[in-house]
Amino acid sequence: MADVGGRDAALERLLLEREIENFLYQEAELLDERRYDEWLDLIAEDIQYHMPIRRNVKFGQQARENTSDESEVSWFDEGKATLAGRVRQINTGLHWAEEPVSRVCHLVSNVQVLDVQTDQVQVKSRFLVYRNRMQDETDFFVGKREDVLRRDPVTAWKVAKRTIILDQNVLLAKNVTIFF
Amino acid sequence: MVRMYESSLRGLVDFEHGEISREVFVNEEIYQQELEQIFARSWLFIGHEGQVPNPGDYFQSRMGEEAVLLVRDRNGALHVFLNTCRHRGMKVCRYDEGNTLLFTCPFHGWSYDTDGQLVGVPEYDAAYHGELDKSRWGLPEARIANYHGSIWANWDPQAPSFTEWLGDYDEYFRTLWEGDDGRDGGVEVIGGVQKWRMPSNWKFAASSFGGDGAHGSITHRSINVAAIGPQGDLEGGDRHGARPQWPRQGFEILIPGLGHGCHANLAEPGAPYRETWQTTPEIEDYFRDAHEKRMASLRERGLKDISVGSASAWPNVSYAAGSRKTLVVWHPHSVQMTESWRFYLVDKNAPQAVKDALRRYHMRYSGPAGLTESDDMENWNYASAASRGTIARRYPYNYQMGLGHAFTQEGVTGELGPRRCEQNQRGRFARWLDLMEAESWDDLYPKNQSAIPTRGF
Repeated sequence: MADVGGRDAALERLLLEREIENFLYQEAELLDERRYDEWLDLIAEDIQYHMPIRRNVKFGQQARENTSDESEVSWFDEGKATLAGRVRQINTGLHWAEEPVSRVCHLVSNVQVLDVQTDQVQVKSRFLVYRNRMQDETDFFVGKREDVLRRDPVTAWKVAKRTIILDQNVLLAKNVTIFF
Repeated sequence: MVRMYESSLRGLVDFEHGEISREVFVNEEIYQQELEQIFARSWLFIGHEGQVPNPGDYFQSRMGEEAVLLVRDRNGALHVFLNTCRHRGMKVCRYDEGNTLLFTCPFHGWSYDTDGQLVGVPEYDAAYHGELDKSRWGLPEARIANYHGSIWANWDPQAPSFTEWLGDYDEYFRTLWEGDDGRDGGVEVIGGVQKWRMPSNWKFAASSFGGDGAHGSITHRSINVAAIGPQGDLEGGDRHGARPQWPRQGFEILIPGLGHGCHANLAEPGAPYRETWQTTPEIEDYFRDAHEKRMASLRERGLKDISVGSASAWPNVSYAAGSRKTLVVWHPHSVQMTESWRFYLVDKNAPQAVKDALRRYHMRYSGPAGLTESDDMENWNYASAASRGTIARRYPYNYQMGLGHAFTQEGVTGELGPRRCEQNQRGRFARWLDLMEAESWDDLYPKNQSAIPTRGF
């Protein structure tokens, strides 16, 4: 580590944060532009992509609020093979839930780089994902993301782990056929 | 009876000619009549006893539009209560699950014991002068039934027992609750209930699961490219994996008069295990062993090997049995909105690796984020939307597939049809009409044996 109090270290940190933010924005851009195959290139082979279900629990029992990825059912808990399957399904043009393809807009904000190691960083952010399809069907998905990004020689970074904390108990969308 | 809809329902539901008016899916008055005539007197699924193993445990569930609590009281007995304070109606519990000694209303503090009795009223002496009769103001309680560990409730004291309600369908429902080796009541619910809203009438999903074999190859046309089956990329990516080759007979099966229906394969026990989890030997070994045990158990008990693929128990529970067990409740939320609750079941004695493999398979396949079922939501949503128009309502839905071709077969319970037929859906509407119109249970099967229809679905 460089001198923590030094200007060089601060600049280096700033550049890293900017680089991470740019990566997240570019990733969102690929999704919103429906360039799913290119998006998959940013996903590590060993990714865990997890969106727990949120429970209403008593104060002090927040540990039980999100369903566990070790023993419980979530909205998503899958790896790259299934994510790639989702992309192939959309690409058939016969996946009726995404045909015609939804209009999706990812707003990513509050990016915090939390832990920096040689080859990976831990990043927390907020998302607001807007989905609009057909004439007027509209859903808002709002919540937090916790990512582990890993350095990659080709794409600079890859998403090695993504936890998506959707702030809903009963899912108010009829289905979830988009990516976060 | 409660009649909200003034015209004749019989004219809307012509199952004998296979024509059902769209009105029954979109009309607000008919929906209100359903809440009274069907949901206030049918046996409804609440949860599983394994979700509340200890005294004081509770699980918040639903009956129709209303919140209920499944509670194990301090003496170990199970209850189902309406979740509303008798004083001003506030929910006495707002957590999805947990453990408690008392349910204390957050409005004025009335407190209820885990057996539903009102035990605490603030200022009972000073403000009520000790005159309030607490014994009359407990939580409203429903009748309950325990079926192989699953808990069911009914608000109607006159309704027949759950056993009578299920009737001959028991044979096709029991297997949902058995362990992988065939022992009764061997399953548990995996933690985490998927709950989501979809803009369609509750009958859409319930009918489709209970007897719509024709939708699969069209609705789910895109799924096999994703290779979500237990075998991965093998077998052409089929979402179900292995199809048994052992001689078997597949039918649509309806229990006339009761409205329960399923798709099932029947065979003599003895089928060799067919490879299913080829890419995960540990899982494969477990299921091969369980299969052999189940076959031996069936032979010993003289039972047929029954595999239920997709099914609906009247009125609003759908399920799939076999080695990948799931159950979903289609709660009416409004006339054009359903709140779906999906539960996943596993053998409680299965190794964690097996439970994990099943859990991940279910998440890929089912529910709103499942690659298969997300397409169902799309169709149910827009079929509903395109059916409420003034002109659209003039055109009934067509339920004529296989009309008049039902048959029976020695040794097989129920009225039968081939996979591609809509008799189960017609049979559901016959039950629907019976319940919507009957003045009392005396007019209804099974209390009234002569009310069993001989309509030939």
